[in-house]
Amino acid sequence: MLLSVADLAIDLPTPDGPRRVVHDVSFSLEAGDSLGVVGESGSGKTMTALALMGLLPDGAVVSGALRFEGVDLAGLGERALQKLRGDRIGMIFQEPMTALNPLHRVGRQVGEPLVVHRGISRAAAWEQAVDLLGRVRLRDPERAARAYPFALSGGERQRAMIAMALACSPDLLIADEPTTALDVTVQARILDLLASLSAQFEMATLLVSHDLAVVARHCHQVLVMYGGTVMESGPADAVLRDARHPYTRALLAARPRAGAPRGERLQAIAGAAAPARAEPRGCPFAGRCPLTMDACHAAPLPTIELAGERRVRCLRVGPDGRLA
Amino acid sequence: MSAWATRGRQPGGLSLRLGGTLVALLVAAAALSLVWTPFPVNAIDVPHKLLEPSLTHWLGTDPLGRDLASEILAGARISILVGVIAVGIGLLFGVSLGLIAAAAKGIVEEAIMKLCDFTFAFPALLLAILLTATYGAGVVNAIVAIGVSNVPIFARLTRATANGALAREYVLAARAAGRGPLAIAIDHVLPNIAPALIVQATIQFAIAILAEAALSYLGLGAQPPQMSWGRLLADAQAWMYVAPRLAVYPGLAVALSVLGLNLLGDGLRDALDPKLRARS
Repeated sequence: MLLSVADLAIDLPTPDGPRRVVHDVSFSLEAGDSLGVVGESGSGKTMTALALMGLLPDGAVVSGALRFEGVDLAGLGERALQKLRGDRIGMIFQEPMTALNPLHRVGRQVGEPLVVHRGISRAAAWEQAVDLLGRVRLRDPERAARAYPFALSGGERQRAMIAMALACSPDLLIADEPTTALDVTVQARILDLLASLSAQFEMATLLVSHDLAVVARHCHQVLVMYGGTVMESGPADAVLRDARHPYTRALLAARPRAGAPRGERLQAIAGAAAPARAEPRGCPFAGRCPLTMDACHAAPLPTIELAGERRVRCLRVGPDGRLA
Repeated sequence: MSAWATRGRQPGGLSLRLGGTLVALLVAAAALSLVWTPFPVNAIDVPHKLLEPSLTHWLGTDPLGRDLASEILAGARISILVGVIAVGIGLLFGVSLGLIAAAAKGIVEEAIMKLCDFTFAFPALLLAILLTATYGAGVVNAIVAIGVSNVPIFARLTRATANGALAREYVLAARAAGRGPLAIAIDHVLPNIAPALIVQATIQFAIAILAEAALSYLGLGAQPPQMSWGRLLADAQAWMYVAPRLAVYPGLAVALSVLGLNLLGDGLRDALDPKLRARS
């Protein structure tokens, strides 16, 4: 097992005391596998990703077990984490426009992990950076390496970020909404690139996204998050074909469909996204769910294990795994 | 290329050029005085005392017959020396403390900032008097006093701007690449806060020149035979009604230097601030 997360909970400090933004999150990822984490803004998906890197905001408290190749990440000091970051675990961020330092040449930044982790000279790192920029299929990698970030387009910068994350051939790549800030056409190309590179580098991918379609196409496993916790998880094709949780179903219904009759309105999920609460009690989706019962507001959520490595957390799912 | 080309047409262009010219004159005067002055500095020539300005004595002579123009030229040296070293002390310690505070957060940040507040409450003048009382008057003590008073100013500015830079996503990306706090401070934070520091350094340079003049005027700074504008002002005081030019010209030298540095700081701010650049 490359990565296993059990009962992850994250508390962030606020002026009114700590606030639990993620709770009861468990999943695991085999080497070379891909996991998509789907959820709305504020569902805790980015915090989960940052917790894996040890990059949560100051004062955040993590509980639960985060194991990377059997080593508990929570027990590692900052120095040991620095050794992992950029070497064994790479990360790509949402905003390619701001994730590169505007004052340094792209080639220098792409080669930075090599200087840090492999101890090679800047000149040698530059050579490899040019090679990496070619592997992420940037046109004219020599020119891209010499350029400052402002001279590159959003898609080119995201490719450069990917090259930087891949520099040390990590075992795990965390991509936090890597295409949200890009055009749709560029999005597809970046995701295809990610998929082919993860096969080529034999690395596991954790793709964080709010876009179900993206996850469906690029990940084997899917984790649907809402209100700081996991609603449903399992193999992506099974979950999307036959969703058991009302929230997953609502998400699927809200997708725009190709070939829908002109003028058809998109399905919206009524209400506003639940804020992650200090005390997790009941189902966070209870306020918006069409199937809510009184018990949904009070009871702790059971995790129901279904056949085919699937899990769902809903009181309305019966022992047979059907939504009642 | 285009960024440089548009810079000249900005509203800050005039102050940048005027300030730059005045500061260049100051530096040129100091440099010139090292190799040549119209008359030897401190050469007493009593028969030619209190002469009015003429072609031989451009700005006239003082009660001991010393050439005022030569003395003002030589005084520029101390002004620059004090400015460079005092701002250097401020930058070195202030930026280090500010970066440590911003990177460490928590109790360390609190402690450093409280220390800065404490130093802030201590005017340079008081510190200079303290140092003079302990170690005797001299230009070195004046420099130390002015330098120390610069430290909290740079520390505060560094911490505030560094906190802004540390919150940027590229810092998070650098951390995700495995870089340590020191490397991030030097590589990612410092270059991004440099413009603010350069502008502040220019202004502190002006303040240091003023402070040195004030300290020397009070007898706490440069001592004879070291030439300083503050000392010239002090010497001129007794002759204010007989020969006001003895005070006017050194005063003008101080005023023009400070004005030049302030204009330069203003111009640099406009030229270096990307927000102002985008607007024009």
